[in-house]
Amino acid sequence: MSNTFWKRFKYNKLAVLGGIVVICLVTFAILAPHITPYNPNSINVQHILEPPTTSHIIWGSRISLSVGFVAVGISTFIGVILGAITGYYGGWIDRIIMRFVDIMLSIPTFFLLLAVIAFLEPGISNIMIVIGLTSWMGVTRLVRAEFLSVKEREFTQSARAIGAGDMRIIFRHILPNAIAPVLVSAVLGVAGAILVESALSFLGIGVQPPTASWGNILTIGKDNIEIAWWLSVFPGLAILITVLAYNLLGEGIRDAIDPRMKM
Amino acid sequence: MVIYFIKRLLEMIPTIIGITLVSFFIIHLAPGKPTDILAELNPKITPEAREKLEKYYGLDKPIITQYGIWLKRVVKLDFGDSFSTDKRPVWDKIKERLPITIIINVLSLILVILIAIPIGVSSATHQYSLYDKITTVAVFVGFAIPTFWLALLLMILFGIYLDWLPISGIRSLDYDNLSAGGKVWDLTSHLILPVLLEAFGGLAGLSRYMRSNMLEVIRSDYITTARAKGLSERVVIYKHAMRNALLPVITILGLSVPGLIGGSVIFETIFAIPGMGQLFYMSVMMRDYPLIMGILTIGAILTLIGNLLADIGYAVADPRIRTR
Repeated sequence: MSNTFWKRFKYNKLAVLGGIVVICLVTFAILAPHITPYNPNSINVQHILEPPTTSHIIWGSRISLSVGFVAVGISTFIGVILGAITGYYGGWIDRIIMRFVDIMLSIPTFFLLLAVIAFLEPGISNIMIVIGLTSWMGVTRLVRAEFLSVKEREFTQSARAIGAGDMRIIFRHILPNAIAPVLVSAVLGVAGAILVESALSFLGIGVQPPTASWGNILTIGKDNIEIAWWLSVFPGLAILITVLAYNLLGEGIRDAIDPRMKM
Repeated sequence: MVIYFIKRLLEMIPTIIGITLVSFFIIHLAPGKPTDILAELNPKITPEAREKLEKYYGLDKPIITQYGIWLKRVVKLDFGDSFSTDKRPVWDKIKERLPITIIINVLSLILVILIAIPIGVSSATHQYSLYDKITTVAVFVGFAIPTFWLALLLMILFGIYLDWLPISGIRSLDYDNLSAGGKVWDLTSHLILPVLLEAFGGLAGLSRYMRSNMLEVIRSDYITTARAKGLSERVVIYKHAMRNALLPVITILGLSVPGLIGGSVIFETIFAIPGMGQLFYMSVMMRDYPLIMGILTIGAILTLIGNLLADIGYAVADPRIRTR
């Protein structure tokens, strides 16, 4: 399986490019304190009206990546647990949880995010948590579907026949089958979380200055739109490239795992 | 058909109760009472007045009772009074902001349909062509581009460098002195950028979805049959294939409504459009508790109406649905 996976993945040049960019971004973000000439988190007006330095962009990537990873970690965790419960047990618990999923899907999430953050302090850890708590519905559906299709197969029944408990069947026998689609949705989820974080920071209720994030540099760009266009261009480009890289990587993994899912 | 419609309408009731319940709990479980915030904004507030307020909002009662009281008021469209200095009823404030938000959202939804579906169909019928490859790349970029950033760039380009379009508000300062035609153009020019950008958000997803549906349908047996019958390619594609490929798209359109409504916060804030999104942003900044709850509810209702319309559209298009 892994052999054909790599062969298919390598064939997809755009996905490989996305993967390389993602690796570079993560490396830059981790090494930021060692490779940037100064810590730009002391934003002052004189500095900010200069073109955003690579320092700003690289330190901004730390914020984006950590928000992306933590938020997706939270949403994946919730989604896998709820999806496993609903898919495995079915019945009334399934109906209640799936009803809840439908409800969460019909609330304009951005409104909910804003409302919650309004009552909490805006800040990076709250942003991560709130994005995570409002984006688990897709994973739940995915894992549930996988459970529904796998739980009646022979290997599950044989595990049950030799006396394996529910927990063992769920985590050792069924869940591994769902890893691939969950991984894909997690990679794509990082991209989504980065977009949401930058939008929130842009609106001034996300990451707060002086901590530099791509979104809040763009806010300063908007306020100085007539004199400093570059403030509006480069951080946005950074977001675009990052999100694009994650999307290409995610779609590449999906196509390589299962060519039928190719869109 | 009528029975189907009534059934769907009745099904909306538990959902709307669920939505308001979730919103209510989330807002209430967040630390800090709304009256704390009010007291913070107005240090002169006396303990008695505060108690009165807490009683008004029933904050001394258990949360589920509070929800019951709130719900009873809301049924009569009484969302309480805004916390801001004008103290106006929340519903009045929302009412005057609602039309512009709905107009922008509906216009952009129409634009999405008009652009995305032809793109999806043509890139499916010309699979692997240069055109298909270009649209594929464009879709990827479209997915990844932060729309608020695109808004900023277009503001710089059209508003500042070319100076073709206004970049804030929905009317010019001299609006009242303009002729009728001038008024129409003035409004239109103010709406072009917001509508375009709001539409852009849904464009990539829908065209991609349309393409994959179309590809799937084209491979099915009845399309081969239609071709074998000697029908022209035009009839096969537009009459047989496209209609079937459109069905799931209707559902996707319904599901995209919450995203659109959520997006209006960003666009209305950027372009200073006096709509519901901007009102929500301001209410969040002011921590105007009744207003936040009111807009969340209205947003959820709009979403459900969108879903209902999608379901009806689906039933109209597909007889199998409405007989169920």
